[in-house]
Amino acid sequence: MTEATSSNVVVEMKGIVKRFPGVLASDHVDFQLRAGEIHALLGENGAGKSTLMNVLAGLYRQDAGIIKVNGKQVEFSSPRDAIQAGIGMVHQHFMLVPSQTVTENILLGLDEPRFFMRLQEYDSKIAELGERFGLKVDPRAKIWQLSVGVQQRVELLKMLYRGANVLIMDEPTAVLAPTEIEGLFQTLHAMIADGKSVIFISHKLQEVTAIADHVTVLRRGVATASNVPSKGVSRQELAKLMVGREVVFFVDKKPQPAGDVILDVKDLHAENDKGLPALRGVSLNVRAGEIVGVAGVAGNGQNELSQVIAGLRKCTQGEVHLSGDKISNRDTLYGIEHGMSYVPEDRTHVGSAPNLSVTDNVIMKNYRKSPISNRGVLDMGAATKFAKELKAAYDIVVPTVNTPVRLLSGGNLQRVILAREISGHPNFMVAVQPTRGLDVGAIEGVHRLLLTQREAGAAVLLISEELEELLSLSDRVYVIYEGRIMGEIKVQSAEPDESMIEAIGLMMTGTPLEQIQKEGVAAHD
Amino acid sequence: MTESTLAKRRRSYRIKIEPRLDEPSAWFPAAVSLGAIFIALILGGILISVAGGNPIASYMHIARASFGDIGVLSDTIVKATPIILTALACSIAFRMKLWNIGAEGQFIMGAFGASAIVLAPVLPAEASRWLFIPIMAMAGMAAGAIWGFIPGYLKAKFNVNEIISTLMMNYIAISWVNFWVFAVWTEGGFQMSPKFPETAWLPRLSQYAASIPVFRGLTTHAGLFLGIVAAVVLWFIVYRSRWGYEIRLIGDNPHAAKYAGINITRNTVWVMMLSGALAGLGGMSEVAGVVHRLQTAPLAAGYGFTGIIVAWLAKLNPLVIIIVSILFGALILAGREIQPSGVPKMIQGIILVCLIASDYLLRYRVRLVRVGTDGEEA
Repeated sequence: MTEATSSNVVVEMKGIVKRFPGVLASDHVDFQLRAGEIHALLGENGAGKSTLMNVLAGLYRQDAGIIKVNGKQVEFSSPRDAIQAGIGMVHQHFMLVPSQTVTENILLGLDEPRFFMRLQEYDSKIAELGERFGLKVDPRAKIWQLSVGVQQRVELLKMLYRGANVLIMDEPTAVLAPTEIEGLFQTLHAMIADGKSVIFISHKLQEVTAIADHVTVLRRGVATASNVPSKGVSRQELAKLMVGREVVFFVDKKPQPAGDVILDVKDLHAENDKGLPALRGVSLNVRAGEIVGVAGVAGNGQNELSQVIAGLRKCTQGEVHLSGDKISNRDTLYGIEHGMSYVPEDRTHVGSAPNLSVTDNVIMKNYRKSPISNRGVLDMGAATKFAKELKAAYDIVVPTVNTPVRLLSGGNLQRVILAREISGHPNFMVAVQPTRGLDVGAIEGVHRLLLTQREAGAAVLLISEELEELLSLSDRVYVIYEGRIMGEIKVQSAEPDESMIEAIGLMMTGTPLEQIQKEGVAAHD
Repeated sequence: MTESTLAKRRRSYRIKIEPRLDEPSAWFPAAVSLGAIFIALILGGILISVAGGNPIASYMHIARASFGDIGVLSDTIVKATPIILTALACSIAFRMKLWNIGAEGQFIMGAFGASAIVLAPVLPAEASRWLFIPIMAMAGMAAGAIWGFIPGYLKAKFNVNEIISTLMMNYIAISWVNFWVFAVWTEGGFQMSPKFPETAWLPRLSQYAASIPVFRGLTTHAGLFLGIVAAVVLWFIVYRSRWGYEIRLIGDNPHAAKYAGINITRNTVWVMMLSGALAGLGGMSEVAGVVHRLQTAPLAAGYGFTGIIVAWLAKLNPLVIIIVSILFGALILAGREIQPSGVPKMIQGIILVCLIASDYLLRYRVRLVRVGTDGEEA
């Protein structure tokens, strides 16, 4: 631990305690931020990173502990107080009004301008501010027209405009493509050069070591390391501090020949909820005993693809075949009855019924059949027995199977869903972001379950934004961009190969594979 | 207290409200509800004293007037019977988050359908009770189901807001019955049909007074039996049948239901029909058990709307609905006893508001916490 001189410490948090019912989210955490540094706050999901920073940003009040800003003790009762002290936070979920312009969003809630908006004047002010920090945004653009990456810039501008000296970024890279991440890092460096400080919340080790000057690691609400210079630690050491044990980065995948084509998607077109084209001619296939990955930045048609396959969305053109049967534009039930299982991205809104019990949630796919029901009558004894078996087999931590699933943690809820989807012995499974928001231990469990499916001869389509996950699990990876497949890559070994990752990165931002191969990866730089 | 000491207080203690993350124990909801009723009675007591009455005496009077002896208890149950059935009707629709506020109209149409058997006449006046009652019950349920089917189909097919359509259907039902009692089945120009033959009445306890003297003068009729049977059947459907599971799943999360391959469109229509049929059975029970003729005023007395509240207070549980309905029957009966309108209605309202507000305690936990005292004057 290094002691900073009091003169250059901007923010000091001492002994911060924050309790939520049943959880000690922050247990006497100390945190120090120096002027002009990027300080990473590292930890697994649920480690208390966001909680700690929400306290600093005035969203939560600590139960104990003190906060000093520029040496003066402060008490924030709202984010407004925090921003007045120069602390601004960019949340994971943006807080923007889609139908308003960039300028209008930035001015929202401020005292100036008072009544007459005089927007042009402010447009130029904001454009100027953006110029200074390398945040290129059209001030007159409406938010809904902007990509997620640009929306993030608007959020940053909002904080800068309010005079924030300390910027808290909550997992800013989660929504960005690799090229956009580079841009964000440049912006952060520009802000540091301007004398501002940045707190960078992340659970991604490589980003932390790439950008941060110092690192504070949290695990289960406790700081396992504070203010460690990031130059002096290795990724393995950080990972150990984060999870409390050595992490196996690469899963043990046995080579195995692929069987018949189970899922065959041909020239699939579909629209999103707004009626805009989301899939524009996707073709791919998955064979028995094979995990096939779909890589891409969120919102490039992955969700629509999984929904068309699962029968939850109609396609406008093209076909989906499951073991030779056409399943596109048929009832959802048809797929379920023909051995398809689906792990949706949205666990709480699609994958489960939050107020129903664990039992009611695990019988969602097999309640039509004996032994769970006979001639329309549910056999609650059989259902409870089934739920108890799954609880034991899949390590679902829950007091009883009658507990409503809304009380379950993310990892446990995912285990409930996976248990349900796997217990039907599917011959094909679509899994969308199956490890999102889970801690390392739970991720390992999910990976193992997916590999077991592969070994059992099922075909698995894995849609994920985690490249490392895709490369370590998949036999082949398709890359999707704006509803089109940019290319297909065979994963030969679990060792990530730099040029392959770079090629995938380029495909994720819209360069087709043929073009990459023609120009060569090096030529692109 | 000066402002500075107040500020100090606020600094050292704070009331903290946080969402409950664990399931409260089984007795807790019941205790909270009883507490809420108790507080409501205190508030109502204040109201009574302001109005110049004696709260304790008034409450005693209410209790006597609704549960005091077997005669008034019987009257309470007669009042509760239609509410049980309309509340069951609402509960099954609400379970699927279909906001059927048309139980009133479905109830009236049920009464109409049952009456038509007598008045059309479908069955001759000298037909036996064993023929009349089941056929009238079926006709009532069918008429109610049709009245539920229309908004259900519109909702499923064209996404017509069921709140508006069911509400409007209430007025159509009243006007429809008005037309028949004025124009077709009128008794000497009055706004009512002729009285039904006794074979078309639901049997009353008083009919058995000859063999069981205690039953003398008791108006409780077989509609109560219909209500209890309906509640038990509905309980079984909701908690023990495949269909009920689908309804619960759709109600809790329609996206998950679709994901599980459940046809929401079809279930919307079926559930609205079941809901209408239950309200229709209520209408049949009222017309054959109490009114004994088709007449708008005593039938359109707001039972369908009371059913909404009762279903909600019973947390949509069919068996709890029976108990809550009886309490409501008592309130209606005893309220009239003290004052035709006014204070008793207000007390009803206070009880409702307190009960609904108490729900907050089931979802949130309120704690008094000490805040670290190191916060000095900034």
